[in-house]
Amino acid sequence: MADPLRQLHAAHELDDDPDGSGQRRFDELIATDSRIEPSDWMPAAYRKTLVRQISQHANSEIIGMQPEGNWITRAPSLKRKAILMAKVQDEAGHGLYLYSAAQTLGTDRDTMFENLITGKAKYSSIFNYTTPTWADMGSIGWLVDGAAICNQVPLCRASYGPYGRAMVRICKEESFHQRQGFEILLELMRGTPAQQQMAQESVNRWYAPALMMFGPPDADSPNSQQSMAWKIKRFSNDELRQRFVDMLVPQAEILGVTLPDPDLKWNEERGHYDFGELDWAEFTEVLAGRGPANAIRVSRRRTAHENGEWVRAAARAYADKQSADGQSADRQTNQAPAHEWMAS
Amino acid sequence: MTSPGDSGEREQWPLWEVFIRSSRGLSHVHAGSLHAPDETMAVRNARDLYTRRAEGVSIWVVRASAITASDPDAKGAFFESPQGKEYRHATYYTESDTVPHL
Repeated sequence: MADPLRQLHAAHELDDDPDGSGQRRFDELIATDSRIEPSDWMPAAYRKTLVRQISQHANSEIIGMQPEGNWITRAPSLKRKAILMAKVQDEAGHGLYLYSAAQTLGTDRDTMFENLITGKAKYSSIFNYTTPTWADMGSIGWLVDGAAICNQVPLCRASYGPYGRAMVRICKEESFHQRQGFEILLELMRGTPAQQQMAQESVNRWYAPALMMFGPPDADSPNSQQSMAWKIKRFSNDELRQRFVDMLVPQAEILGVTLPDPDLKWNEERGHYDFGELDWAEFTEVLAGRGPANAIRVSRRRTAHENGEWVRAAARAYADKQSADGQSADRQTNQAPAHEWMAS
Repeated sequence: MTSPGDSGEREQWPLWEVFIRSSRGLSHVHAGSLHAPDETMAVRNARDLYTRRAEGVSIWVVRASAITASDPDAKGAFFESPQGKEYRHATYYTESDTVPHL
């Protein structure tokens, strides 16, 4: 396959570190908690891990627009509709920040798009669940975005510079997502018995899948160790899951909802909440493509991408024609000197 | 040497780097990158992608392929000149530490 960038990087790794100085420099940067930047030498496995993780993360943001986009036309008020649109627009933005970060590793965005719509690339399995009621907009914000924030805050310090920088921007925007979801549930819980029931049933649906967003238990997560050694990950799956549960319990009390886990109780000795076993068989099933909405998520994304093709092609053709006509050059020379219009 | 991530003509739309001035009196600072067919669309996309919460009063975009960067492999040698020249910093001059307004 003609892929000059990837060939360049492959050559870089094979030929460019014959004396091991690249590896030494890399180890030193990691050990001193510095950052790796795109033009630095890095081990092939580090690059591959990052491309996989960042592109999966980007794909999750893009696919994550669907369960909520589903409710934009049926949001219960103009205010909620505006908020939901802003949130879905943020998810698109987050996807783009992350594709840019992944692209600095030598895999271009068009390839990542292609891998998503052909089912080659993965995304967070949480988005393969359906959103049958309005309360699910609340649960996604409170539980799904809550879990995402828990996971993402430490990623702001990920050893790969562009990933960390993208995460800083994302985390700043994400807290609005969680709060608006919490408010949706709070409003329902202050409403009629039917509304309260709707909220509770939604929390029942999303609680366990949200806890599974942190990934399999540490003992079954062989890649975590390496990611932590590379300082991409800062905390283990189980540590983050525990942190999340500890935060959720008091929030659930404020909402007046019950978290659907009979084993959930405070453990004085550990200073944490104990919680029940999660259904990892279900997690594996959904990850393998057999969740409630896997097929429709990918097919919708593919349709949207293919339907947009004429727009992308037309915009490109227009841009090519403009530059061929020399119009864009004229436009610039007719303007004030660059420094003046740039400063405005 | 061009911007990391630029894939030349392989992608349908080229990559642009985006710089945002957050308020008057401050410099434009690199915010990130995006894909767009031309400069006009790049500025509009940058507005939608990087200033959704009033983060900027001015935007610059530049094609990633138009950026020239220092050679990453010559890092040490290229940036060697200031090494050992601590006298370029005010903190080098300690005799005046106790002298007011100096």
